Amino acid sequence: MWENIREAFDGIRSHKLRSALTMLGIIIGIASIITISSTIMGTNEQIKENLIGAGNNTVEIVLYQGDYPFDASYQSLPEYVPVLDRSIKKEINAIPEIAASSLFTKRDAYGIIWNGTTGMNQGTVYGVDETFLSVYGYVIRAGRGFVDKDFSGFRKVCLIDRIASESLFLGESPIGKTIEIAGEPYTVVGEFTQSSAFQPTITSIDDYYTYSDHSGGKVLIPIETWSVLFKFDIPASLVARATGTDAMTQAGKAAADLLNGLYTVENPEVKYKSQDLLEQAKQLQELSNATSRQLIWVAGISLLVGGIGVMNIMLVSVTERTPEIGLKKALGAKRRKISMQFLTEAGVLTCIGGMLGVLAGIGLAYVVSRVSGVPIFISWYIVVLTVAFSFVVGLFFGAVPAVQAARLNPIDALRRE
Amino acid sequence: MILELEHIEKDYGTPAVPVPVLHDVNLQLEQGEYLAIMGPSGSGKSTLMNILGYLDVPTRGVYRFDGEDNTHASDSKMAMVRNRKIGFVFQSFHLLAQRRAWENVALPLMYAGVPRKERKARAIAALERMGLAERVNFFPTQLSGGQCQRVAIARAIVTNPLMLLADEPTGALDSKSGQQIMDIFEELHEQGMTIVMITHEQAIADRAERILYIYDGYLKGGDLS
Repeated sequence: MWENIREAFDGIRSHKLRSALTMLGIIIGIASIITISSTIMGTNEQIKENLIGAGNNTVEIVLYQGDYPFDASYQSLPEYVPVLDRSIKKEINAIPEIAASSLFTKRDAYGIIWNGTTGMNQGTVYGVDETFLSVYGYVIRAGRGFVDKDFSGFRKVCLIDRIASESLFLGESPIGKTIEIAGEPYTVVGEFTQSSAFQPTITSIDDYYTYSDHSGGKVLIPIETWSVLFKFDIPASLVARATGTDAMTQAGKAAADLLNGLYTVENPEVKYKSQDLLEQAKQLQELSNATSRQLIWVAGISLLVGGIGVMNIMLVSVTERTPEIGLKKALGAKRRKISMQFLTEAGVLTCIGGMLGVLAGIGLAYVVSRVSGVPIFISWYIVVLTVAFSFVVGLFFGAVPAVQAARLNPIDALRRE
Repeated sequence: MILELEHIEKDYGTPAVPVPVLHDVNLQLEQGEYLAIMGPSGSGKSTLMNILGYLDVPTRGVYRFDGEDNTHASDSKMAMVRNRKIGFVFQSFHLLAQRRAWENVALPLMYAGVPRKERKARAIAALERMGLAERVNFFPTQLSGGQCQRVAIARAIVTNPLMLLADEPTGALDSKSGQQIMDIFEELHEQGMTIVMITHEQAIADRAERILYIYDGYLKGGDLS
């Protein structure tokens, strides 16, 4: 075996240019596979990190009508949908995968929130309980948060986020000011923002659109006050913080099941479902994986072309080395020995090509990452797999020349000189 | 008797249109004999040599070598006989250009499965017998024609074969180098080696102890009896 490998290296060394050209096809094929897979995997990692990191492992459980969230803006709450109140949180928090939860209601704020004549064009108004901020990872950056008396006293107080503050107060401090929500005056007691620990990594404008909150401003009022303002026409939603990223799916399912169990009469049309960020991340990743699979096919074709190049060169090599093969046979080399020698040479050739391809691919991935800002993730599993695959390509396409060499008749082979 | 050919015939061409090359060739050779086979080109002497060396298979007839009839043996069995029992010397040396002299000599030992260290020692010993002790690490391109042929002879004898087959061993050499090669053959013969040499030069053939002539595929006087 060592003899064969040594001979293979001798053969490659004595035809440096030819070997390099032969390997080129393999190098390009492997390099493109490595580049594609490392950028795609890098993107996937980023998607996961951003979505999950931004959401602080939170799962929202929202009322769905069919495949879409229930839209309360033009219809009243359907029959039999259970009305949720704080008492449900105790049961929700008892689910092992759930660390904390919060009950809230929300609706589109369009046209109902005003500061004098300045309105919010976009945004959402929430009725929240005392754990809402902590579950989502929001922090108070000015003023104060809600206190018990805000809830128990049905106080008309509100918290607004940065975007709502900008659109209503145009840069002035909102604390202590009064705004109008659905025709009622509310005092702004504090401004909140996303805790920095859960900010997504934004490296490009695409990321910005994907991860930034462009739903407009958020205005929070105590959930008790909400029930006075909007009656009970809007279904309550639940947000649960899972104990870990991997527990998110399970936590969401368990919570949704629990809420759906509250129905006294089945209503299959309107159900609680979890909006799992991990699930969303998986869907996004699925999309990029599908793209990468197609690209890998294209790269595979170039590898095929490379393999055919290897076969071509090996056939030339067999013809060229006919006297050598004849001599070796005369000296007692068996067919197996001869075919092994050529197979080894093809395998070594493509293996080196594969390794060079991996290096070129990693280099190219870094360049792509530098230019486009896409992160890369190099999987050693993929590296080992591609080198092994290029070796297999060599064995596959080296088989025909190897068999041809082994079949050479020693006298024909010796005569030709 | 080391070698016996009985009614050997060889046809080339297709089975439908056979082109006979050897006609009813009979030959008996004793252990330690030094035989020269002479004939013009196209006489079938190379075909005869190929059959003797298990490089080709006769169409009809029986070839017994070292007491065995391997006339229609498998490819790998023939490879083994060539490797263990026959040493070849060719007109154009057939040395591997990228291998040093000792590596060329060690090649048949590799196919015989001899361990690497022993191979080198035996190859160097064979080269010393050929007077090439100083040249073991040279490449064929660094050697003269006569030296190349001596490396080739070292390669042929390194496995201690029963018989040396030489096909025009001096054909590519000047007369001085050619005489040197003939001296070596004579020495090997004196040491008991069976040698069959093919040549078309009378002066070279005269160095052998027995000469046979082949014309148009007919070998004359092969039978000892």
